[in-house]
Amino acid sequence: MRAATLVRLAGRALGRNKMRSFLTTLGVVIGVAAVIAMTAIGEGAKYRVQQTFEAMGTNLLIVLSGSSATGGMQGGFGSQPTLTWDDLRSIQSELSAVKAAAPVMRTASVIQAEEQNWTTSLVGTTPEYFQIRNWSVSAGQRFSPEDVTSGAKVVLLGQTVVEKLYGSGANPVGRTVRIKMVPYQVIGVLAKKGQSPMGSDYDDTAILPVTTFQSKVQGGLTKFLTGAIFVGAVSPDATGRAQQQIAGLLRDRHRLGPGIDDDFSVRNLSEIASAQAQGTAVLTTLLASIAAVSLLVGGIGIMNIMLVSVTERTREIGIRMAVGGKPRDILTQFVAEALALSAGGGVIGIAVGIGAALFLAHQFHWPTIIRVATVLVSLGFSALVGVVFGLYPARKASRLDPIDALRFE
Amino acid sequence: MAPLISLEDVSKIYRMGEVEVPALQHVTLRIDEGEFVAVMGPSGSGKSTLMNIVGCLDRPTSGTYRLGGAEMGGLSRASLAEVRNRQIGFVFQHFNLLPRTSALENVELPLVYAGLRTRERQERALRALDRVGLADQASRAPNQLSGGQQQRVAIARAVVNEPRLIVADEPTGALDTRTSMEVMQIFQELGAAGVTILLVTHEADIGRCAGRMVSMRDGRILGDRRQAPLRADPARFPLPAVEASA
Repeated sequence: MRAATLVRLAGRALGRNKMRSFLTTLGVVIGVAAVIAMTAIGEGAKYRVQQTFEAMGTNLLIVLSGSSATGGMQGGFGSQPTLTWDDLRSIQSELSAVKAAAPVMRTASVIQAEEQNWTTSLVGTTPEYFQIRNWSVSAGQRFSPEDVTSGAKVVLLGQTVVEKLYGSGANPVGRTVRIKMVPYQVIGVLAKKGQSPMGSDYDDTAILPVTTFQSKVQGGLTKFLTGAIFVGAVSPDATGRAQQQIAGLLRDRHRLGPGIDDDFSVRNLSEIASAQAQGTAVLTTLLASIAAVSLLVGGIGIMNIMLVSVTERTREIGIRMAVGGKPRDILTQFVAEALALSAGGGVIGIAVGIGAALFLAHQFHWPTIIRVATVLVSLGFSALVGVVFGLYPARKASRLDPIDALRFE
Repeated sequence: MAPLISLEDVSKIYRMGEVEVPALQHVTLRIDEGEFVAVMGPSGSGKSTLMNIVGCLDRPTSGTYRLGGAEMGGLSRASLAEVRNRQIGFVFQHFNLLPRTSALENVELPLVYAGLRTRERQERALRALDRVGLADQASRAPNQLSGGQQQRVAIARAVVNEPRLIVADEPTGALDTRTSMEVMQIFQELGAAGVTILLVTHEADIGRCAGRMVSMRDGRILGDRRQAPLRADPARFPLPAVEASA
């Protein structure tokens, strides 16, 4: 039998029982729509997590100095400065998995503008920090390596600080603020970064050159780096390698023999990120498999109706066989009908699923991402459901004895 | 010349659980190309079984059946379907047309399985309908046609693929006398055109229209004789009501 004839035949057979065909298809429609909508939401959630971690900085590692132990009391990491400026330079220049490293010294301080003041987190660092944290400026510019060398009194303000000091939407570039009575020129405003995974506000900060921070805010130059070192690995895959290299280098530099604990710690944030991403991926898979179960139920519905149809049309099958329909022709005809039901349901389901995802995205401001691959896979899967569940009834039809089939009342 | 149909010692035994029911017992029958044969006998005589075997719908339990010299016994279901498609046309007592399908599409059906294109199918189906005088009813569904018309559509379907053999199982069984004669007239025309016809009936009037009469009983052939066929003439059969009043 010709393919075009087959398609027309299937269309006609299903068109005869429109209501029945529609109801049969409904199972697949709901299944596919659920798969599409669920994965769109799941992908959206994953995207949101990724965004959050990207805001934190790509490929980020944080090196903290060791703990102090006084009278049996173990201080936390960073309580004993063990990291030196030379350590920083070595990390920056000697390790293959490290793209950039920056010192991060931090303290809370009041910033005064002409009319308002605001207490914020003051950070002293170098220009590499912006690269590591993937942070650009929305106005003005970043400070340069020369500003660090010269200890220039310049500051970059986060969006929240700008809002508190000057009101939202203001451009304070070129204005002067005072920190601990020292005047600084605002040379730039940082781009909005949002919340950290733990919920704190990245934009509530002000950043100055690390040398300025040391001399004007902290007071006095020291051999030790009283803060953390932020390290950017060359790629997301290289964070593990970078972590090992840093640990090796620091143990070497600090002359820690075997059996002696590290006097520093290296935190790998991409591990947390990937764990989170994995969590959402599991969730997506879970949602999608629940949806796939309903697709399976839809397939069983198709099989049920096809079995009814084969019985109803026994005589038709007999006639077709008598005039020359081969068992294979009968088989293909019924498989084609089942396929038309399920693939038709798949197409409608995709439309409904995309509609539902867009509605949720619009109504609840959930990020939803519809992937072409998901659409194609669910369409393919629904077609497969049709073939698999149509095969048994179709086989039953093709194995009928023409004489019995013709005699069937 | 070798006969078109050749049954040699053919038996067919149906198994109903433990019981074996012989439907055909050692039947030997030869039918030449172009013959119009009526098979007569009461119900249960095995004539339908004979027809099913000759029509390649069924296979004999023992013995050999040759159609056009080719052995049919060992063929697969698919090959038998192909033989039915190319060489045999069927006409049944209850017409067996596809419901809710136009006369034209019903006639097209064998051509669908012959793998013809839509246009050629339609042309040939229309020609076949014209042959039975129903070209103007092509778009009607079976339930919009009278019994006689439905049977003529079925005949058109049987001849559309130009088979060598037409097998008809009680084709007039569901028709009144006048319509029966109309249908027989068409069979006689086909016979005159050289088509071999095997017609199963239990009506003597219908059997008289064939050129050869085979009578059966209990799965055996009792008689086989040639006869001068009675010309089917619907004009001789006025409407039954009129006949009763005469």
